Amino acid sequence: MRAITVVGASLAGLYAARELRAQGFDGRLTVVGAEPHQPYDRPPLSKDFLMGAGDEGELGQLDQLALTDPEEMAELRAEWILGTRARALDVRGRTVVLDDGRTLASDGVVVATGARARRLPGPPLAGVHTLRGLDDALALRAELTRGPRRVVVIGGGFIGAETASSCVALGHDVTVVEAAPLPLAAQLGPELAPVCAGLHARGGARLLTGVGVAGLVGAGSGALSAVRAVELADGRSLPADVVVVGIGATPNTGWLAGSSLAVADGILCDDGCATALPQVVAVGDVARVGGVRAEHWTSATEQPRVAVRNLLAGRTVEAARPLPYFWSDQYGSRIQFAGRRGDGDTVRILEGSPEALGEGGFLAVYERAGRTTAALAVDRARSFMKVRRGLAAQENQAHQVNQAKEYV
Amino acid sequence: MIPVCRLVDLPAGESVRLDTTPPVAVFNADGELFAIDDTCSHQDASLSEGWLEGCLVECPLHAASFDLRTGRPTCLPARKPVRTHEVHVADGMIHVRLAADAGATGEGSAA
Ligand SMILES: Cc1cc2nc3c(=O)[nH]c(=O)nc-3n(C[C@H](O)[C@H](O)[C@H](O)COP(=O)(O)OP(=O)(O)OC[C@H]3O[C@@H](n4cnc5c(N)ncnc54)[C@H](O)[C@@H]3O)c2cc1C
Ligand code: FES
Repeated sequence: MRAITVVGASLAGLYAARELRAQGFDGRLTVVGAEPHQPYDRPPLSKDFLMGAGDEGELGQLDQLALTDPEEMAELRAEWILGTRARALDVRGRTVVLDDGRTLASDGVVVATGARARRLPGPPLAGVHTLRGLDDALALRAELTRGPRRVVVIGGGFIGAETASSCVALGHDVTVVEAAPLPLAAQLGPELAPVCAGLHARGGARLLTGVGVAGLVGAGSGALSAVRAVELADGRSLPADVVVVGIGATPNTGWLAGSSLAVADGILCDDGCATALPQVVAVGDVARVGGVRAEHWTSATEQPRVAVRNLLAGRTVEAARPLPYFWSDQYGSRIQFAGRRGDGDTVRILEGSPEALGEGGFLAVYERAGRTTAALAVDRARSFMKVRRGLAAQENQAHQVNQAKEYV
Repeated sequence: MIPVCRLVDLPAGESVRLDTTPPVAVFNADGELFAIDDTCSHQDASLSEGWLEGCLVECPLHAASFDLRTGRPTCLPARKPVRTHEVHVADGMIHVRLAADAGATGEGSAA
């Protein structure tokens, strides 16, 4: 391959560029990113960065988000086209068309366009935010530093919960609205999801569950009217100065319309991140790898190694099977989860107690048929790490057995 | 010199965290003692809770690995070193001498 284009200049895109060079690709490497910023890390945006923590000031904080440095940028020998969106990929996946009309002829393409925050329908109102990128975080942070506000967070998922936690820490009055009976039940299961609901109460945020949002009410004139309240489906109205909409993310696949790539809530890939076109691979939040779309930092950093290997080989020679892992920081507690939980798995508490969170957290495992399927820890990093390693080893073994079966 | 604990209380493979500012982690790596800054240079995790293997410790949050001898990361996502500190044992007690802040980038002497 002589020319490879990476579309998306964030976590997965940068890791793909690194892997291309590390695996010996010596040709022309172009990275296209819609944002004007150099690659930065998103997880802190809803955590420390939102709280403006850190004594190094804003520049120090931006530096803390940076995923790379000038030295590495030079080593990568890539052309970075930032602040420019890719608009199309031709049918055979050989040409990337940019918003400014330029075309990039490529022998290989890595799609790493991630996902964007879902929004509520209706006209835009001042004071209503989503949180996906640096500019979102800066806008929200600016609003949160203007004195105490009534903040309503719509959605009790990880981003919603972390944002609520940061807003409480900044001294705001915070209500979280969650349509499901319990937040995070899909991720953590009905036995342990209440732990996270309990964190809101302990931290000092109101949590309203089992009720949807009917709409937002605005007031005032001018260019943009400002949000005043959140109307709930049951008729209640929550007064609000700031609303954060955290209702999930949609993969950025629109620009692929007209290419021959199959898209269904993400780009459909095989186990090795390869699309139906062998010269196109997809990684990170935008990729549905072997039927699963993971929206986690660790998948976005682990998939590129395998994706690049397969891209350079021209076919799938290796499967990407990272053990699912994510973490979240809420109300001073660190939550870590690894593995593949299934409904009906039994939960066993190995250390500490979910009821006494203030006193050192807990470690729980999920089990099915005598095997550990997943683990959840709150403030138990050390013991969590042991279980996570065990799970990874078990997964590798199962994979090897499966591969052996394929050959007989 | 800051007293840490008795040598017998830090067996091989174990670590202990000192509540200094900034906190320091002391490791017994197969009988050899090392002290480094406890907070990972990537984000906010305690390296004393990491996975110790030989002279390397793996961060419990995003798996960056640090060489205890130099404080340098051996893999991403960490890119900056952590500081190293001198460790001494006297009369069965472990002590740590904190690196002076000026110029202490972890590039210098290890224990
Ligand atoms: C606020 C926040 C907190 C998070 N916290 C955690 C956490 O605690 N733990 C965890 O495991 N995960 C967390 N995540 C998830 C993690 O950050 C994502 O999984 C990761 O960023 C995915 O990386 P990516 O490169 O695939 O996608 P993204 O980071 O979304 O990057 C995609 C990039 O592609 C660009 N792009 C899109 N379309 C185009 C186009 N047509 N042309 C060119 N460029 C384009 C976008 O502008 C963007 O820069 C968090 C995410 C957010 C937003
Ligand atoms: S905090 Fe240590 S690797 Fe991220």
